[in-house]
Order: sequence, then structure tokens, then C-alpha cells
Amino acid sequence: MSSDPNSTSNAAAKPADGLNDVHTLSLVVRDRPGVLVRIALVFARRGYNIGSLAVSPGAAGGFARMTITSQGNPETLEQIIKQLAKLVDVVHVADHLEHPPLEAEIALVKVGVGEGSDRNQALHEVALEFNAVVVDRGKATSVLRLIGSRDELQAALSALAPFQVQELVRSGSVVMDKGRSVLTDLLQKS
Amino acid sequence: MKASVDTGAQRLIRFLEHAGVEYIFGLSGGAAMPIFDALVDSRIKLILTRHEQGATHMADGYARATGKPGVVLVTSGPGATNTVTGLLTALMDSVPVLVLTGQTPTFNLGKDAFQEADVTGITYPVVKHSYLITSAQELPRVVKEAWHVLTTGRPGPVLVDLPKDVTQGPCDAPEPETIDIPGYRIPSLPDTEALDRAATALGQAKRPLLYVGHGAVISGAGEAIAALSDKLQAPVVNTLLGKGAVDETGPLHLGMLGMHGTAYANKAVVACDLIMSIGGRWDDRITGKVDAFCTDAVRLHVDIDAAEFDKTVTSHIQLLGDARRTVEALLPRVRPGDTGAWLAQCQAWREQFPLTFESPDDDHLRAQHVLSRLNALTEGKALMTTDVGQHQMWAAQFCLTRANRMWLSSGGAGTMGYGFPAAIGAQFARPDTPVWAIVGDGGYQMTLCELATACVHKLPVKVLIINNNYLGMVRQWQELFFENRLSGVDLEGNPDFVKLAEAYGAKALRISHPSEIDDVLSEAIAYADGPCVVEASVVKEDNVFPMIPAGAAVSEMLIERPTEKLEKPSGST
Repeated sequence: MSSDPNSTSNAAAKPADGLNDVHTLSLVVRDRPGVLVRIALVFARRGYNIGSLAVSPGAAGGFARMTITSQGNPETLEQIIKQLAKLVDVVHVADHLEHPPLEAEIALVKVGVGEGSDRNQALHEVALEFNAVVVDRGKATSVLRLIGSRDELQAALSALAPFQVQELVRSGSVVMDKGRSVLTDLLQKS
Repeated sequence: MKASVDTGAQRLIRFLEHAGVEYIFGLSGGAAMPIFDALVDSRIKLILTRHEQGATHMADGYARATGKPGVVLVTSGPGATNTVTGLLTALMDSVPVLVLTGQTPTFNLGKDAFQEADVTGITYPVVKHSYLITSAQELPRVVKEAWHVLTTGRPGPVLVDLPKDVTQGPCDAPEPETIDIPGYRIPSLPDTEALDRAATALGQAKRPLLYVGHGAVISGAGEAIAALSDKLQAPVVNTLLGKGAVDETGPLHLGMLGMHGTAYANKAVVACDLIMSIGGRWDDRITGKVDAFCTDAVRLHVDIDAAEFDKTVTSHIQLLGDARRTVEALLPRVRPGDTGAWLAQCQAWREQFPLTFESPDDDHLRAQHVLSRLNALTEGKALMTTDVGQHQMWAAQFCLTRANRMWLSSGGAGTMGYGFPAAIGAQFARPDTPVWAIVGDGGYQMTLCELATACVHKLPVKVLIINNNYLGMVRQWQELFFENRLSGVDLEGNPDFVKLAEAYGAKALRISHPSEIDDVLSEAIAYADGPCVVEASVVKEDNVFPMIPAGAAVSEMLIERPTEKLEKPSGST
């Protein structure tokens, strides 16, 4: 992040644009006790909230893959990324802001039903439109399973709002770069 | 358990012996008993301290005085939590301290067992890395990895939590041959392109300034920096922790920069057209108001830790690597520019704004006077440690450091109570070097129980107490910024420090009048049969100047006591 020598401000933490950008970070970490706490503390001590967090075993044994979303001052986030990379148990960190990756998230949504077939039909149409599957059809409620990008899920949830959403659970985003990436190389090496 | 199989504790101690550990500083307790037992048969010398904080600062002082890791051994629960301040101190100043903590047996973990504390949990934010070992067979691998992390890259404290069944249980796991930490990378040297850009910028500068931090001390970059300064004819300033990397008495050295730095160092910071940090991290004590710091200068940053780049101040050229190797690589690349006018200007400032203090008279003993005499009488051959506060700043100003690892002070954490135990650790490390702990009456009382430790080992460590019966730095701020509404700073009830030292069996002397300074200090210097405590009862209400109020720009430095009321500082503490 070297700046122009003629610039007049040198403060790294100056207020800047990009406050509303959601940054998606991919991490490859050693699968060790405490690694999640160490990562969470890097965000917490700077007053940053983790928007979503998904952890799973990586392709190579002994490593885990994490996807974290967060937003805030981009300079602070850059510092957070450097501090994450510095952790002994963190093998790699990538911020996907510049090159949007493939992205997927699952949501289960419980909505109220039961007032006639019109309503059921309407729900069915929403499900069709958003590729959702009705995984439970009860007397008073139905549960839909949604899969898609964060934006797609957001659109589906807006369409479902009139159905009285009673319960919602989301997995948090998982992302992957298209083609060959640093993360692919890393895992093949280890 | 077969008698022929070593315990985890025995394997641990054997590893430390092979690694060259001479001393372990610690305090025993139930959960650590197997490790203390293994020490009975070891050539490693156990130094029993009176408090675990003292043990941690001793290991820190040992490490800073030698460059080798300091090792601490304590028990679980409160024994472990008492090391937290020492861990923070070591983390903030990049010191390799290994803290070994006993722990309740694995089958009791999480059950609120006696003296159980979640020690790895409590210490996550204050360690470079840490481990909780849950099986004896894991111990050799973990300890080898911990030692590697401790002794490479940017130094910092490492903690290993050792449940009692792990240290007591049998361990026949083979010594691991390799270390596998794929996430741990150690930078060595910047790329050629960055070095060339830096060399060009240095050669083009009309008013270059080399700003030397603790990284230069740690990597032993001083000689290379002195050569670079000489080749470029560029002046040098150092941080509080950078003292000694480059001889502060040299003609191109302008002393300490920052909040209580010399006026001429800070004037050079304001006027330079290029500033190169060598192992400094642009701390808020250095920059003052960041938005106004060296805005028109080309800023270069040498650091082994990439996370330091652009953290507080952005830099135009970033050199990732070991400070010594980086400066050595720069040396043949640089071509000096013409800095004659710049050096003349710096010299003019040095003459116009020298460090001063009110002339001593018989009624007023001044800390600055005592410290400048100590500086003269020790002839630059004493290793000095300090506590935190006014005495620390006066010592930094008036005791010039001429060689590497001769000045130990808690900079980042600002830990009161650091100075005396750190001096003990340094004296163990370097028995032939005179060691002086310069402390205030406030900080000294936080760890003075270690007088017992120093007396038991007849360490010839000296303690100079600058006693003004106040927490003086806070009192100074209250006077300058809070209309002298004193709150929580009066140390009434201080003990008689001479009698107290004598009660421990230490030699103790007092300086009450300026005329006694040289005689008493000389007597202390000559005394070699054990610790010697010198109390200097100084004027109560002296202030440290120059001073850049927190959050103000460097250019707003106060060279002497202000005549008008000051605004409350808006910046850092």
C-alpha cells in the first residue's frame, strides 16, 4: 500500500471510502486447538465484528479452511489481514474483494402456512423462482432450504418476507476462486 | 511405568539443557512439582524468585542483556496469571521469553480444579505463540517447535502450559528431527528492487535522518547503521529502546527522539526530507499527532514484521527483513548526497537547545544532576535498566548509551516494577558488567521483594532510587494539563528505603545533598559483595522537558516549563 511521496497525509488509519464493502476472507489454518480463538481475538481487539464464519476440514489433512466476512474501515481490515497472516497457525489469508470468487451459502427458513391453497401456491412459486426446496411441510409451518450467493439469498428472503418468517438459520458464505489459486497450490504442496 | 523411561518433565529439562539454557527463573507450586523435581538433577541453575512477575522480568532482562532466550517456570493458576504483566512487557518490546506453566492434570481440565486457570486462554493476546500439551508423548515435538518460534523471526514470548500428568507421565517419543510450521515464515532480506529504490532515495535526500529502534538492537545492526550514517553523513536519532544500537555520544548522533527526546532530535524530525526507520514501529510516543508527522518527508521502513508496515504511519519504501542484514545490503548501494548544510543546521540546534536542568544548589538535589553524574562516573561501562516514569525519561536523556544491549527499559508496555528484576536477570547473564537499576519510588515498591533474590545470590547489582515521593510523571501531567488537581499520585507512607534494604541484608546508601553525589555513587560502584541500594531524595516537583504533549505534533514540543495554561491532551495517554 505504498502511497505517493507527494501525498500530504501519512496516517494509516485515516477515514476512507469502502466502509460498507463486505470483505470475504479465505484462510487456511493448521487444525490446532485455540486457532479459532486467536483469529477471533484479532478482530475483537480492534472492535471489529465477524459477519459470518464457516469452518471445515480442508482438502489436505491437518488443515482447516475458513471463510470469514467482515466490514469496516479498509485500512484497519488490511491491518487485521496482516495480523492474521502473522499468527503461527495461519498458513494463508486472502481477501477476495478485488476478484469476486464463487460463493455459496445455505439457509433454512421456517415460514407460517395454513390459510388456504393460495398461500401455499404463492410459497411454491417463490420456491421455484429461487431454486428453493421445501424440506418440511407441516400444518402450521413449512421449511425451505435455499442455496445461493449472499445476494441471491437476500433476494429470496425479501420475497419470503410476506410469509411471516418464524425462524432463519444461515451457514455463512463459503467461497472459492475460479481456476488455479494460491490456496490450491498451498494445499497441493502440503 | 518402567524406571528406564524418562518423564515428560525430564525430557523437557534435557531439551532445555541441550538448547544452552543456563538459568530458569521461577517459583514453585503443586502443579509444577515434577518439573522442579527434574531440575534437581540438572545443570541448569534455578533462581527462586519471590514473585512470578519478578521471575518474568528477570528472564526478560537476561534475554535483553544477551540476545538469548530467558526461561521462566511457574505453577498453575495464580502462579501463571502473575506472569501476564511480564508476558505483555516482553511482547510489546519483542523479547524472547519462554514461560513454562504447570497445569492441573488433563483429566481435571475445565473442572475448576484447585489452582486451575485457563492459562492459554488468559494469555492469548500477550504471547507470540502458546501451547497446551495434552499428552506426554507430544511434549518433545511441541517443545522443539516452541523453541523454534521463540528463537527466530521477530522475538516475543512463548508460553507452554504443562498439565501435571504430562510432566509426570512417561515419554519415550523420539526427538523430532524436523519442524513443520507451514504458517510461520521468517523474512531475512528485502528484494533487490526495494533495496535499490531505498538506496536511490537515501542518496537523493538533502536532509536524511536515520531513526533507530529496538529492532536494530535485537539484530545487532548498530555497526552497519553507524557505517551507513558515516557514508551518507546522515544524523541518527534513536527511540527509548533503540538506545545503544549506535553510540549515543557519536558526533552524528542527536540522541533520543519523541515525547521526551532532545529538542535537536525532534527539530531534525520536523525538518528532515527523508526519514528511515530501522527496526522502529512509529509508536505514538515517537510520532505525536500522526497526521502531522513527517508529512513532506520520504518515509522508509525497515522491519522484520510485515504487519508493522503502514500500521500507524504509511511508508513509501518498505524493506522487509532483518535490520542488520538489510542495512548491510544497503551500504554498498548508497551514494552519498550533499548533507553539509543539514549537518550544520543540526549542530546549530544542538548548541541552541541543549538538554539542561536547573543548576544544582545545596538545598535542591535534582534527579538530572544525580543521573548525569552516574553517567560520568560509570564511563559508559554500566548496563542500565529503568522502571517507568520521570526517572526513566531523565535517565534516557542524561545517561548516554554507548554499546548494544546496555540499556533495558520497558517501552511499549510501560511496566512499572520492571527495572529492578530486569537488572537481576541482566546481572546473572553478565556477571562482569556493572549493572544499575534506575527506579522510581513508585515502581520499585512493586517488585522490591526481589531484594531477597539478589541478596541470596550476592549479586553486585546496584539500585538507584530516584525518590520524589510521587508518582511523578502523572503528577507532572496533572500539573500541566489538569490545573494541578493532584489525584492518586502522592506516595505518602513510603518506607525508609535504606532501612528496608538493610533489613534484607543489602548495602544501602543515601544521597540527600548535591555535594554527596559523587562520594556515594563511587562508594556504590566500589561495593561488590552483594546488592547496593542508593536512595536519592530528590526535589519533589521537577518536570521532564522537552515534552511533546500526547496527541500534539512534534513541532509543538515544549522545550521548558510553559508559562500559559495548556489544553488537555487529546491524543494517546
